[in-house]
Amino acid sequence: MKITFASGKGGTGKTTVSTNLTSYLASMGENVVLADLDVEEPNSALFVQGELIKSEISNKMIPKWEEVNCTLCGKCAEVCNFNAIVAMPKEILVFSELCHSCYACSELCPTSSLPMTPSRIGKIQEFKADNFTLVEGRLDLGQEMAVPLIAQTISYVDENFTDCIKILDAPPGTSCPVIEASRGSDFVILITESTPFGLNDLTLAVETMKVLKQSFGVIINRYGIGDNGVEEYCKNENIPIVTKIQNDKEVAKLYSNGKFIYPEIAHFKDSLDEIVTFIGALK
Amino acid sequence: MREVVVISGKGGTGKTSLSAAFSYLEGSNAIVSDCDVDAANMHLLLDANFKNQSDFFSGEIAIIDEDTCTNCGDCFEACHFDAITQTDDFHVVDPISCEGCYYCFRVCEHDSIVMQTQKAGDVFISDIKNSTQMVHAKLGFAAENSGKLVAKVKSEAKMLALKADKEFVITDGSPGIGCPVISSLSGAALVVLVTEATVSGLHDLKRVQELVKTFNIEAVCIINKYDLNLQMTQNIEEFLESENIKVVAKLPYDDTFTKALAEAKPIVEYSQSSSLSHLVKDSWEDIKTIIRNQK
Repeated sequence: MKITFASGKGGTGKTTVSTNLTSYLASMGENVVLADLDVEEPNSALFVQGELIKSEISNKMIPKWEEVNCTLCGKCAEVCNFNAIVAMPKEILVFSELCHSCYACSELCPTSSLPMTPSRIGKIQEFKADNFTLVEGRLDLGQEMAVPLIAQTISYVDENFTDCIKILDAPPGTSCPVIEASRGSDFVILITESTPFGLNDLTLAVETMKVLKQSFGVIINRYGIGDNGVEEYCKNENIPIVTKIQNDKEVAKLYSNGKFIYPEIAHFKDSLDEIVTFIGALK
Repeated sequence: MREVVVISGKGGTGKTSLSAAFSYLEGSNAIVSDCDVDAANMHLLLDANFKNQSDFFSGEIAIIDEDTCTNCGDCFEACHFDAITQTDDFHVVDPISCEGCYYCFRVCEHDSIVMQTQKAGDVFISDIKNSTQMVHAKLGFAAENSGKLVAKVKSEAKMLALKADKEFVITDGSPGIGCPVISSLSGAALVVLVTEATVSGLHDLKRVQELVKTFNIEAVCIINKYDLNLQMTQNIEEFLESENIKVVAKLPYDDTFTKALAEAKPIVEYSQSSSLSHLVKDSWEDIKTIIRNQK
């Protein structure tokens, strides 16, 4: 069972819900792993505070020019559609940050002068908490492309963890990174707020899920503030509302300190129970 | 024309609410741009009328002609994105996985593959509140290239500002540290970092500041929800001091922001005389002074 928590708008509570839900499921004896896929700004480790047990470098493959046999024919620059290669009169320049790792330059080079080599983009870390595991992808600063690292983090989880519940904490937005974090999951839960911003960004995320033909539901966070636009929208679109989490400054205070919410706040725990029941029914 | 970019690293810190307030305060002296193209929503606060729409094309995807495809599998071998699958009679491309790299197109010996330009979104130039204009966009559903769309929105906004001789461009940036943020930052005169007094607010602020530093752009900071956690606020202030970043406002945890949002109004319009509005106004005056003293 693999469940992705996503949202169009940032700051709606993805990390809060996914870290708390993971800990809560683990406390009930479930075998569960949490993957932080918000590789640009990964935060789950701040709340989980586990022990770092494994760290591996994450690479993307880029071409590396080898001068020896190169005839400077320029084929590589010609076939690169991302302007990542420039053929100069006496050398070939590779701009790694523009490279999409399509291998065309490398494999179409008549003299095999551009072998693909690993280039660091970030790291994948595994943390052991009391009763569950957190896997985090973390993009290096200055790296532009989050998608390869998200894909690698998911593969890491799939390869190392079988027979358990996998909770994926996706990055915000509606484009490539969210798509990578959502496709392949059994179910996506979109977390939103009951405000016009929340509704606007929810509708964008819903359209993305529809394009992906992905089954999904909604959690309304900070319920009771703002308006009822989100609720009406979900009703009209026949989207299941998994739970509504009440607006509560005490939740925000616990969050600000990096504390788990459910041991302290009963209504938040009730909401987690609703999520657990919902997930249970999916199995 | 000078550009102010508001960014936050972490989402939900109040970046858009503040950008909209600045825009409302500055009125016709500024052009506004919403660079959070992944989830653009600033138009809700500024009454944008979506007047002038244009298509934004970016990227291409491969399409295989099933009549001429011989099912030889060369394209399948070439593709490193697992975007090509074989059926009984021909190969097909999954448009979501296709990167548009042209590799399959180049190796197909039967000319069965065409590359098709994709519409990646819409760009709008809208009339907004307080007699000015904003440039904003809507990324196509499940479309890529949001970094390029950000660059497009910014260049349109700058063009408008230059033509009409405006003093400022106010840009609502994107969250994160990746491609769209890097696009948002380029060419800015000042960055306003919006953070909140939470453990994740500080963490994300540190990461995004590392990025801002590499651009060599002057930065100031607004700490939102400062009273949620005074210890965290102090930690944030210590970090900012070490980075030589001025705090232009500390805003309390206040549901008025959300109430203003529900009424589709910037905070400075919704509750003009509230202490919150005064804090926001003062911070904008500070920001303008800092920019005017630059050089």
